[in-house]
Amino acid sequence: MSEDPSLTDRETFAAAPGDPTRPPEASGVRAGNASAERPPGAAAGRQYWRSLEELADSEGFRAFLDAEFPREASVLDAVGRRQFLKLMGASMALAGLSACTRQPTEKVVPYVNAPEQLVPGEPLFFATAMSIGGIATGLLVESHMGRPTKVEGNPEHPASLGATDAFGQASVLGVYDPDRSQVVRNVGEIRPWSAFLDAARRALGAQRERQGAGLRLLTETITSPTLAEQIRGLLKDYPQAKWHQYEPVARDTARAGAVMAFGEPIDVQYHLDKADVILSLDADFLGCGPGSVRYVRDFTRRRQLHAASDTVADATMNRLYVVETTPTVTGAMADHRIPVRASDMEAFARSVAAVMGLDVPAPLTGNRATWMKAMVSDLNDHRGKSLVIAGDHQPPLVHVLAHAMNAALGNVGQTVLYTDPIEANAVDQLQSLRELVADMDAGTVEMLFILGGNPVYTAPADLHFADSLQKVGLRVHLSLYDDETSVLCHWHVPESHYLESWSDTRAYDGTVSIVQPLIAPLYSSKTVHELLAAFSDRPDRSSHDIVHDYWKNRFPALGDKEPIADAAFERFWHKALHDGFVPDTALPPKPVALKPLAVPALQPLKPDIQQPLEIVFRPDPTVFDGRFANNGWLQELPKPITKLTWDNVAMISPATAQRLGLSNEDVVELTYDERNVRAPIWIVPGHAQDSITVHLGYGRTRAGQVGNGAGFNAYTLRTTTASWFGTGLEIRQTGARYPLASTQHHFSMEGRELVRSATLEEYRAHPDFAHPAEHETPRDLTMYADHPYPNYAWGLAVDLGSCVGCNACVVACQSENNIPVVGKDQVARGREMHWLRIDRYYEGGLDNPETHHQPVMCQHCENAPCEVVCPVGATVHSSEGLNEMVYNRCVGTKYCSNNCPYKVRRFNFYLYSNQTVETLKMAANPDVTVRTRGVMEKCTYCVQRINTARIQAKKEDRTIRDGEIVTACQQACPAGAIVFGDINDPNSRVAKLKADQRNYSLLGELNTRPRTSYVARVRNPNPALHDQEGEA
Amino acid sequence: MPQIFRPSTNTFSRLSIFGSLFILAALAWGLALINRSSYVTREGVAREQPVPFSHRHHAGELGIDCRYCHTSVERTAIAGIPPTKTCMNCHSQIWIDSPMLEPVRASFRTDKSIEWIKVHDLPDFVYFNHSIHVRKGIGCVSCHGRVDRMNLTWQESSLQMEWCLNCHRHPEQYVRPRDQVFNMEWQPPSDQLTLGRQLVREYNIQVQQLTDCSICHR
Repeated sequence: MSEDPSLTDRETFAAAPGDPTRPPEASGVRAGNASAERPPGAAAGRQYWRSLEELADSEGFRAFLDAEFPREASVLDAVGRRQFLKLMGASMALAGLSACTRQPTEKVVPYVNAPEQLVPGEPLFFATAMSIGGIATGLLVESHMGRPTKVEGNPEHPASLGATDAFGQASVLGVYDPDRSQVVRNVGEIRPWSAFLDAARRALGAQRERQGAGLRLLTETITSPTLAEQIRGLLKDYPQAKWHQYEPVARDTARAGAVMAFGEPIDVQYHLDKADVILSLDADFLGCGPGSVRYVRDFTRRRQLHAASDTVADATMNRLYVVETTPTVTGAMADHRIPVRASDMEAFARSVAAVMGLDVPAPLTGNRATWMKAMVSDLNDHRGKSLVIAGDHQPPLVHVLAHAMNAALGNVGQTVLYTDPIEANAVDQLQSLRELVADMDAGTVEMLFILGGNPVYTAPADLHFADSLQKVGLRVHLSLYDDETSVLCHWHVPESHYLESWSDTRAYDGTVSIVQPLIAPLYSSKTVHELLAAFSDRPDRSSHDIVHDYWKNRFPALGDKEPIADAAFERFWHKALHDGFVPDTALPPKPVALKPLAVPALQPLKPDIQQPLEIVFRPDPTVFDGRFANNGWLQELPKPITKLTWDNVAMISPATAQRLGLSNEDVVELTYDERNVRAPIWIVPGHAQDSITVHLGYGRTRAGQVGNGAGFNAYTLRTTTASWFGTGLEIRQTGARYPLASTQHHFSMEGRELVRSATLEEYRAHPDFAHPAEHETPRDLTMYADHPYPNYAWGLAVDLGSCVGCNACVVACQSENNIPVVGKDQVARGREMHWLRIDRYYEGGLDNPETHHQPVMCQHCENAPCEVVCPVGATVHSSEGLNEMVYNRCVGTKYCSNNCPYKVRRFNFYLYSNQTVETLKMAANPDVTVRTRGVMEKCTYCVQRINTARIQAKKEDRTIRDGEIVTACQQACPAGAIVFGDINDPNSRVAKLKADQRNYSLLGELNTRPRTSYVARVRNPNPALHDQEGEA
Repeated sequence: MPQIFRPSTNTFSRLSIFGSLFILAALAWGLALINRSSYVTREGVAREQPVPFSHRHHAGELGIDCRYCHTSVERTAIAGIPPTKTCMNCHSQIWIDSPMLEPVRASFRTDKSIEWIKVHDLPDFVYFNHSIHVRKGIGCVSCHGRVDRMNLTWQESSLQMEWCLNCHRHPEQYVRPRDQVFNMEWQPPSDQLTLGRQLVREYNIQVQQLTDCSICHR
């Protein structure tokens, strides 16, 4: 870890006496105590806080806030007054001159033969699908003149319903990544594809005589039917060859749990739309994993009071109990959340099962007995409409207990569906990799194809995969990047990005999507289909032909028993491509019988009071298992709970940090199983005690220019016995400090009531809880004249009760609006450029606070403070109420940002947009100006989309229909939390939402009259648990 | 101590102070002049093209409709530069040996695009949409001039913002009946303002909106 000299002032501040990052008991908690004294449920008295520093309210934090743009002043420290005047004078003269350029001559390059359907200036949309861990989300990708620029969800695809996650949104940057591998390499040397074919065929020829005894394939999770058939074909040619699968974020324990419970591997699907009461046992089903985008939609639909009921009195919602170790977005949505160590989760699950009346040896529930009883009776009251979900990171037994509880609650067939596995070959991946390593060590592997993945980086540390790998005679690696694994392989073949490939894949429910390319491969890359085909009897088949022919051969099986008519198949094929999925391929529910519960007896509890520390591994919420490490959008995306960018950290609870004497940014040495790694500490309220979470995916050495050197490599500690957690972690302070770039301190709103929430009971009693009297300001209390809005009046409403804080909107906005990446140093200075940020507020005690998310973008005030201070008229009011930003007028005074109470304006301190790398230019949205240095920018309500719709409506002599304009954030949002439209039309969705009593304006008392408003959150805690909150 | 400056110096210094005002004004005026000159705007400068295409011949003398080549002018923002194929529709039949047309044939043969020089080049922060202008009754001639009389094409107007605003503030001065949009010969009637006001109403042109910055800048 390198120390950045420019950040020294931050370090001295952080290490100063009265260190604000010290746990609160050390420095005195004011706000927290205040909230504890207030009666519960008094909405006006709720206390929200954003970070530990704010809660501590220390001198250091005050000083930090005083700078409008933190630490901006320090940039000029070394420059004296005279020097400053000289520089400014010269800059002014030069700035004037720089405008005196003539437009350079540009060329127009038309087609020779114009392709059908392509009209310059009009984007086309193609359906395709993106897979992570083999599981697909259906997408519609926007293409401008043949280059994909924006990813949207496919509204007809069951896993998407029109929404996406942050990974999907960011994937379009991946295809243009200049660091992608571009050439075939043999031990570092660039070689032609034919040279690779010769070498590989020679080796395979030798294998054929031995029936492939020395041949091994290592893939990631495969759901593609075509690829599975190809691999099986290869295995038929080489019967002794073996196919191994390994992925670091696999669902081995869920699979093992299903085998224990049902005797066969079974996949589980949930119907959250039918579930009234949900218990999550460490399952982050809203954050990641199969079907999470769909699950967010189903889950939040049951929390949207305005959609569900007409009157306040009969308002109903689902209720979510979450038991988890690491705070996640799922935990933030919970009505009741209990932090429990990952290693205690099994005991917890046993207790719940025992309370439910299942025959399970369980520990004493202790002080949680009342809590559990209330929760279980709540579940019991909703038989067939409740749901227990076990997390993929939990051991098989927890899954077995979840299956048993769902069966006992009568949920099977209602909220829980069992199907055959969607994987082509569901195996225990860890075991699969173990066998491969054993074979490699034994010297029986002569030739290894690694098709995708980066096992040298991701394999468990105790397998010593890299050492074993080097005993293989011929190693071939197909991957997007020339990465840690490629460098240890003889041959590296660049893989085509999914936006360049033909393939097929399955969604969480089994629905097949055909993956079609949006662009021809930018480099001489190959798909996995093409690579495998090269060793078949038809070596030159393109991946299109392979996928097409696979489905053609299977076509009769798809219902049409007549002799195959080509035309009929082509109709089917084109429909599947157009719609983005193959109809009727979702797996049918499978009747399964639960085996009698055979839960082993409990290990006797150890009497020691001081529990050993536990380490928890989780995929990173932004770079996942490391595959997105070189994606700048994802690296700079503030992580949902910690709001950290560009790094992973050792997450620890406040109390444990206090006990160990640790504070934020302290570098510690984590030792687990005799391996160690140095990591910076980050204190996370609500984390389980005596437990440390580290995110995988960082510490890459061969990721590329963006990902190299960011964070530390948590895989170094991960072993086969501790895939997801393990106890016995040792922690040692090193005395060093490592600066982290968090976005959470910036633009603080100083404790005003920005987030408002109530419980369902409070809401029923006081439907107008979001409007305490002191916030009302008379509308005419303004010096400025009213603006008339004769036609449309654009407005946006954000439902805080639905927002899960998943970040999809932030990346969608970045992609749609050509927002640049600025880097860690600039983020640490508060200069991140995201037009849309998600503020995270805590409420309540440190050990288990409630978490609220609040997306904040330009509020488009009707009385906009920014407009009146701009000396050059670069930000002005439109006749439709937009607060317009005119880049070509902006001279960069930053007065507008200074005067903005919401701190949503972003300034280009440097030339952040990349205007030199050709491929990155291709990622830009041609409908939005690419901003240069010295220009202010901010959310425009996606004015390019408004203009497109307005022009279309005008051409058709009609008005714009409600829902015709969808902003990028709204389109990406899986929760449907963002609604945009015309507030002049009382029947528009947004007008109706704004008419809801819970609707309030951010800082409405300033009489800025924002066009963006928020619908206060309503939570649904169990009334029977009123007094139990603090207990857990 | 002798005086350094003579009394006449006072007059001189007064003159220079007074004169500097004129000098500054002249400088500003000069800059404004340069900024509006055809050197900067390229207004009226015929541009050399890889093929000396004549609108005068094709649109004027032969009477080919604008939309035969500029196909998307009614549909999208971009009017569209025709693909080589459009040229070859005719020129595979006529003038097949003309040396002037060799670049066109070469393009068709080799599948490499002809690289035309852009004549009307707006700054990148301006988003102009042809289709809506056509739909609202702005004739081709209003911006592009009598293209049917140009041999090599030039830019008829300055394309500077004040020129755009001239019409966006007072569209009634330029609006014509929709069926005359592609008519090069159409002349505004003597009571254009009456007709214009009527058409602005009829075509639902919302003038107050046309000067919103985000109409063109985003």
